[in-house]
Amino acid sequence: MDEFLLLALAAGVGLAVVAAPFGCFVVWRRMAYFGDTLAHAALLGVVAGVAAGIDVTLGVAAVGLAAAALLATLRQGSALASDTVLGIVSHGALASGLVALALMETVQVNLMGWLFGDILAVGWPDVAAIWLGGAAALALLAALWRPLVAMTVDEDLARVEGHPVGRARLGLMLLVALVVAAAMKVVGILLVTSLLVIPAAAARRFARTPEQMAAAAALAGAVSVAAGLWGSWRLDTPSGPSIVVAAVALFALSQAVPGRR
Amino acid sequence: MTASLSSLREVSVAFGDQPVLVDVSVEVAPGRIVTVVGPNGAGKSTLLRVALGLLRPDRGRVERGARSVGYVPQRLTVERTLPLSVRRFLAMAVPGRVPLADLETVLERVRAGHVLTRQVADLSGGELQRVMMARALLRRPDLLVLDEPVGGVDMAGQAELYDLIAALAREQGTGVLMVSHDLHVVMAATDEVVCLNRHVCCAGHPESVSRHPEYLALFGPRVAASLAVYTHDHDHVHLADGTVGTHGGAGHVHGPECRHG
Repeated sequence: MDEFLLLALAAGVGLAVVAAPFGCFVVWRRMAYFGDTLAHAALLGVVAGVAAGIDVTLGVAAVGLAAAALLATLRQGSALASDTVLGIVSHGALASGLVALALMETVQVNLMGWLFGDILAVGWPDVAAIWLGGAAALALLAALWRPLVAMTVDEDLARVEGHPVGRARLGLMLLVALVVAAAMKVVGILLVTSLLVIPAAAARRFARTPEQMAAAAALAGAVSVAAGLWGSWRLDTPSGPSIVVAAVALFALSQAVPGRR
Repeated sequence: MTASLSSLREVSVAFGDQPVLVDVSVEVAPGRIVTVVGPNGAGKSTLLRVALGLLRPDRGRVERGARSVGYVPQRLTVERTLPLSVRRFLAMAVPGRVPLADLETVLERVRAGHVLTRQVADLSGGELQRVMMARALLRRPDLLVLDEPVGGVDMAGQAELYDLIAALAREQGTGVLMVSHDLHVVMAATDEVVCLNRHVCCAGHPESVSRHPEYLALFGPRVAASLAVYTHDHDHVHLADGTVGTHGGAGHVHGPECRHG
């Protein structure tokens, strides 16, 4: 196997495994639009990274964290519905990112690569960052797991039972922002949420506990990445969209076979 | 007299410029059952949220002396996307591992022994209500806060649950603060009734409250008559915006237990 394919597989599978439990919370807590918003804001992060002359992924992560913190505060005391707020921030960020990129004439940015992912361009440092950063993100999520599951059932009940609800929610939002920033390289800004949502949705029918669903989602995500890369290599199709197509096919398959009830 | 488990003194809450609670005082002592009655929009659930510490009042003092609080919210919606068994749902009530036998025992107490292995999302309304009660009991609470605890439960089950609540208060000294619409039960098995319509219309022993003109005004002569207490002319009317108006020119005369201005 070519090295670049091996690298892509290592990065993609690592990311799918890390993204899986976060994807479960995105599905349980109806945060899909929140994920989209962070992804769209990431284009501003690309611009900021290029303009500041720093590593683009750092710029994306910084803008993502800032956007997550901003949305966490906007949530409280807004007269607008939360999906309206997300719609404004999401498309506002995407559009201003595109405009800003066009204004920066001197800089060459591979826009298609950012929008649809460029997993075949990752190097060993990227893979190391995904695995190490991913392990850290999963460790933090494990520490917040109990309160997060409790508040997914009912926030008031979780609060009465003494769970640190506010801290857990902010923690989840920030970690999802980081996962989205990392996942951009693989499937791109426009498809990033799919890597969170689709494997978790495919896993639902086979799980009877939250932990089983997270594990099954990790498996589904890893299989999607492998199948998508293989298809992309054989058929010479773009890698990011191929991974998402594989994930959707897996989801369709999961609906067809009998689940556990 | 032992220290109170929950004490609200002259608490006021407004949502925007809409007053929800005005100078409300309620106290729950160990072994006492305090029931809040009142029409829709009277601020009953808000009162419970203040007592639970979920909502900070704009004015007034809240003291929460309870060591462990069991809370049964009015409604609980567990997303179908979240795989969660009743067993897991119950175990989440307390930190650490809970012996299976304890879970079985507490489910038996609320007569829902058969649902232990079922998924929470598959329970009927009445079953879920019993399971929520069981979860509250698992916390070995010295204060139970119940928001319409028998909603969706069949008639025989309602009586059983109210018997259970009464037994907890008598035998274990649990303090109970609950909202209820079942006036028959309220009048029979409550130490103190708080008749709420944003302000405390009247409060005290069920018998005295049931003869109170404000109580009759709030629930109307038909309800009052069905409870076999004598009807009584009241000297004021509750207007649609929740304020107190008068018939003709004469002012509203306060009853002995009446605390509103």
